Amino acid sequence: MSAVLRLYRRIRRNRAVNVSGGILAAIAVLAVLLPLVSQNNYLETDFGRILEAPGLADMHWFGTDDLGRDLFVRTMMGIRVTLLVAIVASIVSLVIGVLYGAFAGYVGGRVDAVMMRFVDALYAMPFIFFVILLMVVFERNFLLIFVAIGAINWLDMARIVRGQTLSLREREFVEAARLNGVSTARIILRHIAPNLMGVVIVYVTLTIPQAILVESFLSFLGLGIQEPQTSLGALVNAGVNQMESAPWMLLIPGGLLALILMCFNFLGDGLRDLFDARQNR
Amino acid sequence: MSLLNICQLGIRYGDVVAVDDLSFAIDSGESVGLVGESGSGKTQTALAILGLLPATAEISGSIKFAGEEFVGADDRAFDKLRATRVSIVFQDPTQALNPYLRIGEQLRRILIAHNIAAGAEADARVIETLESVGLPDPKRQSGAYPHQLSGGMRQRAMIASALITSPDLLIADEPTTALDVTVQAQILELLDTIRKDTALLLITHDLGVVAGHCDRMLVLENGGLVESGATRQVFGTPKCAHTVSLLEAAPRLKQSIAPQPVSGKALLRVDGASVSYREPGYGRLHAVKSVDLALRKGETVAIVGESGSGKSSLVRALLGLVAAESGAVSFLGETLPRDARSRRQQIRRELQLIFQDPAGSLNPQMRVSDIVVEPLSVHEPSLDRRACRERVIRILEQVDLGAEFLQRYPHELSGGQAQRVAIARALIVEPKVLICDEAVAALDGTVREQILKLLQDIQGRTGLSILFISHDLGVVSSISHRVLVMYLGRLVECADGQTVFGSPKHPYTRALIDAVPVPDPEAGIAHTSLSGEVPSILSPPTGCAFHPRCAYAESRCTTELPAPTAIGATTVCCHRATEIDLQA
Repeated sequence: MSAVLRLYRRIRRNRAVNVSGGILAAIAVLAVLLPLVSQNNYLETDFGRILEAPGLADMHWFGTDDLGRDLFVRTMMGIRVTLLVAIVASIVSLVIGVLYGAFAGYVGGRVDAVMMRFVDALYAMPFIFFVILLMVVFERNFLLIFVAIGAINWLDMARIVRGQTLSLREREFVEAARLNGVSTARIILRHIAPNLMGVVIVYVTLTIPQAILVESFLSFLGLGIQEPQTSLGALVNAGVNQMESAPWMLLIPGGLLALILMCFNFLGDGLRDLFDARQNR
Repeated sequence: MSLLNICQLGIRYGDVVAVDDLSFAIDSGESVGLVGESGSGKTQTALAILGLLPATAEISGSIKFAGEEFVGADDRAFDKLRATRVSIVFQDPTQALNPYLRIGEQLRRILIAHNIAAGAEADARVIETLESVGLPDPKRQSGAYPHQLSGGMRQRAMIASALITSPDLLIADEPTTALDVTVQAQILELLDTIRKDTALLLITHDLGVVAGHCDRMLVLENGGLVESGATRQVFGTPKCAHTVSLLEAAPRLKQSIAPQPVSGKALLRVDGASVSYREPGYGRLHAVKSVDLALRKGETVAIVGESGSGKSSLVRALLGLVAAESGAVSFLGETLPRDARSRRQQIRRELQLIFQDPAGSLNPQMRVSDIVVEPLSVHEPSLDRRACRERVIRILEQVDLGAEFLQRYPHELSGGQAQRVAIARALIVEPKVLICDEAVAALDGTVREQILKLLQDIQGRTGLSILFISHDLGVVSSISHRVLVMYLGRLVECADGQTVFGSPKHPYTRALIDAVPVPDPEAGIAHTSLSGEVPSILSPPTGCAFHPRCAYAESRCTTELPAPTAIGATTVCCHRATEIDLQA
């Protein structure tokens, strides 16, 4: 009980986590709820009112796109997809990368060499080729985007975690645990992993924007989200084409994308402080 | 007029007061010792004189150098001051020297940056200065990178870089703390001889260093000056309680109080242990060569040696952290597997280890209660949480820590408290043997005494056997029943504490004893009977490994390895042990 309370107090004290976490939560909730209020939906086209500027008429709050679809509902949908892709892909890379890297680094020797050469081999594979291969084998599927992005990101994570583990392994507190016969799994979970937190959290906040960008790139190539479904990345791409005639098509989803990325960065900074025992007095 | 005049100096960081109302003066040519424990403000004072404090420091009072005021002075004034008038030698030459520049080039750049000399004149001056600090073959050495020099030579180069501008004041901030004991004595002697008319401000925690090398001394406590005066006077009649406690804590060879030897069967035995590592490009590095060791119940055995003597490798082999190449470790008559992983849990429980760096040996992300309980949860998994907690509180009490420490993180502990937690973690499973690897080397004098006393108390209560690894004879003299002296991987002398300190038989032991700075100005400077440094373990000398540094070496010593021979209570490895007289 007291531990939970203390963690809660620490979160309350940390401004970066409060503000950026609050904004992200608000964006996520609004992205789910607001489309329910709107009279429009994301795929209905109205050729009578294409490229309409933002206004209050007919609830086209963010205007319409070049097919006359309501941009507000589409943007909200894009946020949902983008957040989902980013978070799921990051969790995938976090779990696989940390466990794989910490195990390789801690056990070391030949096991480490084999495991890291496998990572190198995967690095050498062309990403797009890999994605196309997945599409061919599993047909086009929303889930595949998560798998594809996660499968790329965990490689970096594993390398970073392995490097950190190599130096942590030599630390005296790990040696003290090993001398007493603490099991490998317990050493990794209790001694190595908590000391990796700082690096890992910062790196995750870097992979989230990366995942968002990769997703929009895949969508652009036609390998990701398919019309009429959309994501913030896809909306920005569409907006670029209409930049001169309808700047809101670029500015609104682009601005929201920037806001989300910035919030994730601040959140990462704050979380790193929060998880570092040395920082809380 | 004084060269340096500091008046009511105050340094604060926000609410934290680093130095408070500090006043003292240094005349030209004088040598002054600034003594205090870590956190007493010694280094802050030195940095203030040089204008090197961070911008967040608030400085008040006055620092006058040759009449000129330097509190609030701008960077250009400090540049001029540092160019020719004040220099500093830092503690760790490895960090103070630029690893990417050759030694000669680093010194040359100082001359050029301060417009002192250039071209051939600068080159000549570099060689001359390097020669004056005793760097052998200065022409060749000036082309060496810092990592190619030994620790002592690096510190000599560092001193050369401080003296090349012929400063009026040399500040030496713990100049020998990072060095081996025999090298420390050489560097201190060097500082004495080359200063000529340069004043010296010697910052140190070691009263022995001050006693032999300073005219006057200042004692700091918590940023304030508590005592000052002529060195003899302060040592003879200290006025302040803090000075008295510092003097008491100063390491000295306490031959008279070395404990009586313990008899009985050996608890832990090492027979003919050898350890070697594969060193790429060199072949095998033999860190330990056939060492024997026995530890009885309730006994403290000290293993003493400088860096590279193999004392840590021996301990690691004993614990199974590295596999011994040959030899056997036995505990209570049972021969142990070489690899710790194949040892029984019970054996692991009986042999516990304390490390040198108290902070590094505690997981920064865990609370004290979790750190201390961990060995217990491995060795006695059946205990429930309440019983564990009780055991933790009880063991913390034994190391003089209260229950209020349970919830703390390591960074919230002082060095002494952290080492107590490490001792508690080791002792909670009630081991028979405690191995201390330089366990007090990183601690302040008074704290070191407390920890040593604590270990002795626990030994008296529980009959714990202690294997104590140290580079410092002064530290081990008061607690060791027996002492083993190692040099380049071999035992050179082995006897009970009183015999080793009273009548050493090996010239190296004698040199180690001489190298301990005596905290007594009347004793005069102990002369270093030892030249040079410990050779690289990668290419040890033939015959007796000590012969290149030995004043008594003869031709036989260069070719023939001396066998261990017993002389009275001592076992010694020296061809001439019976012929030479090493009594002081």
